[in-house]
Amino acid sequence: MNFDLTEEQQMIVDQASKFVSNESPVERFRRLRDTDQGWEPEMWAKMAEQGWLAIAVPEEQGGFGGTFLDMSLILEQLGRGLVPEPVIASAVLAGGILSDIGTEAQREAFLDPMIEGSTSLAFAYAETQSRYALGDCKTTAAKDGEGWKISGEKVWVLNGHAADQIIVAARTGGGQFDDEGLSLFVVDGDAAGLERVRVAQMDGQRSAILRFSDVSVGADRLLGREGAARATIELAVDRGAAAACAEGFGCAQELFERTVAYLKEREQFGVPIGSFQALQHKVVDMYAELELLRSATILSSVQVDVEDEETRKAEISAAKMQLTESGWFIQENAIQLFGGIGVTDEQDEGLFFKRLRALQGLFGDSDWHVDRFQGLKSFDAVD
Amino acid sequence: MELAYSDDQIRFREEVRSWITEALPPHIKTKAENGQNFEQSEVMEWHKILHQKGWVAPNWPDEVGGPGWDVTERSIFQEECVRANTPGLSPFGLSMVGPLLIQYGSPEQKERFLPKILAGEEVWCQGYSEPNAGSDLANLQLRADKDGDDYILNGQKTWTTYAQYADWIFVLCRTSGEGKKQEGITFLLADINNTEGIDVKPFLTTGGTYAFSETWFKDARVPQANRVGPEGGGWTMAKALLGHERTGIGGIADSARGLKRAKQIAQQTQVGSSTLFDDANFRNRIARKEMRLRNIEILNLRQLAAAQLGHAPGAESSVLKIVGTELQQETDELCMDAMGQNALGWLDSPDEALPPNQQAVASQFNYNRAATIYGGSNEIQKNIIAKQMLRMPGA
Repeated sequence: MNFDLTEEQQMIVDQASKFVSNESPVERFRRLRDTDQGWEPEMWAKMAEQGWLAIAVPEEQGGFGGTFLDMSLILEQLGRGLVPEPVIASAVLAGGILSDIGTEAQREAFLDPMIEGSTSLAFAYAETQSRYALGDCKTTAAKDGEGWKISGEKVWVLNGHAADQIIVAARTGGGQFDDEGLSLFVVDGDAAGLERVRVAQMDGQRSAILRFSDVSVGADRLLGREGAARATIELAVDRGAAAACAEGFGCAQELFERTVAYLKEREQFGVPIGSFQALQHKVVDMYAELELLRSATILSSVQVDVEDEETRKAEISAAKMQLTESGWFIQENAIQLFGGIGVTDEQDEGLFFKRLRALQGLFGDSDWHVDRFQGLKSFDAVD
Repeated sequence: MELAYSDDQIRFREEVRSWITEALPPHIKTKAENGQNFEQSEVMEWHKILHQKGWVAPNWPDEVGGPGWDVTERSIFQEECVRANTPGLSPFGLSMVGPLLIQYGSPEQKERFLPKILAGEEVWCQGYSEPNAGSDLANLQLRADKDGDDYILNGQKTWTTYAQYADWIFVLCRTSGEGKKQEGITFLLADINNTEGIDVKPFLTTGGTYAFSETWFKDARVPQANRVGPEGGGWTMAKALLGHERTGIGGIADSARGLKRAKQIAQQTQVGSSTLFDDANFRNRIARKEMRLRNIEILNLRQLAAAQLGHAPGAESSVLKIVGTELQQETDELCMDAMGQNALGWLDSPDEALPPNQQAVASQFNYNRAATIYGGSNEIQKNIIAKQMLRMPGA
């Protein structure tokens, strides 16, 4: 048991932290949140240069062969600057799937350009009616000669508005709720029959509704085995959850540190308000939750790639629940302690508040993860 | 960073598990399975079995009788003890004064006291709080006046948990009324059984058991040789001792036991044609606590690992104390809720009214209200964090 970062990991943290303060402090996000794309290809290329998009890709696939923890350390720093580039959508979700089940040819065509920073990707799985249910899929892919024709609608597709390619979950068999019969396809962002509706998110980022009307793809666009994608989807979403913990932990740290600084500086009744015990105890409670969230983030980033599926699900769910429980406690009290200015758009705290809340609702919310946790076999064992 | 268990560690877990299964005496095992309160004699019986095996003091260095385990092995051992619900050993010797003596005791003190703590031949208790020195501990007034080779003690300690079973007590005394309150405090070791003028009276707790006591000192003579650290250095000793209290302070083992108990009770509680454990609402309530516990366990392991690397203990253990004991109480509440009307029952309710594994729940639920109070109340812990970690103004 060892919780210390290796020298290399500490370098990653330092590098990412410096990058965020030099290249993408919060003011940059403020500027970009009013633009159509919401992020910049030039910055994406710079991030690729840092090696971040390839960090968790195995060496034999052209990556750096790092662990998810390395990715998590970077995301934590990106969270501190509200960096809007689509690392989670493109590298964690889509990149992870390509790395898991893509053929060499598919990786060459879609993964390599992404990790070089010349393209970005997205993963489209949720539908209007599905909420967080991973097997609930009405989008279909029908055999069409050698290839397939995809029809249906996906919602809240992160980076769906800008991605060069989108990995889409579609049904090649079974009924709407069946685990069997789900398949994954790579669709070009500019494919004929694909309508992309850009959606402005609450947190100032962008996603998309994607409407597929008989979108044709060749046989070479099927990822993995036909009808057997359910487990791959869940693994991808678990990676998303671990990534959300990491980025959200970064946001929570910012909120906490800014609150502590403010309590020391803001004076009322002739003294810093941080000298009042009621507020001290509140901020100590925030600190305790932050430390719990740090533990949860470590847990999820180390356990997301563990072989045993039950263990992975239990640990990821425990961590993602904590992102909501601890994160929410920190964010609501941060705004409360800032008082009125915490509710103004000109203060950055509101931006962190929104991003953290957005991450809490992605990849299964707290209730969904609690429900998945209690459904695991290990939960019933009381010996 | 490495959280996975190695093959050696997995083998170690198997070794611990099978040894516990064989070593637990049947009458203790029955109580363990039912989560009942153990008698002091049973706690000491288990202490001695562990001592024979060499496993009684997991936190001690091996040169003074520890098993030589690293952080991971200690955590595995603790998990297996929880799993088997073995009696919890008294922390006052093994986790508190023992480690303090290892760090600050004279060679004579180490030789005199450590082997008997290990062997369970001498049981210890803690004399810190007084009627007018609770959260404001430095206000303590128990006087220790020098007289020849002795100190003469006069005054009163309270919340001296399990003093009624103890042979020895470590006490914070006032040796000077000058200067800062903290600087006039001295750390002494007193022999309860063989010193005239020490009287112990246990309180009946709301849990229906006798746990903490009041202890009076009337012209009680304690040799100066039983002072740990310098005169006036008691506050430093007390702080150092707190640093050794880390593993138990969060009540993590208790929370894990509580959750297991809640599940067992829910499984045996019929609701219509199924059980309470099939009830989605109740399952989710248990699951939330279990998930939070998992993250608190990681918090604990992080602190243990840091301690093993020699990082000085800081206010982090206060965080663990707060979140851990809150969860501990919540797991007691879950057990009570699982019992429904059975929660009306008490320690002496007959089996036909209350299954044996539910008989101690209400007792523990009541007694464990103390968890957020003892060891420095959670509010005091918050003051410590505000001051030491967050450097809040005026704190």
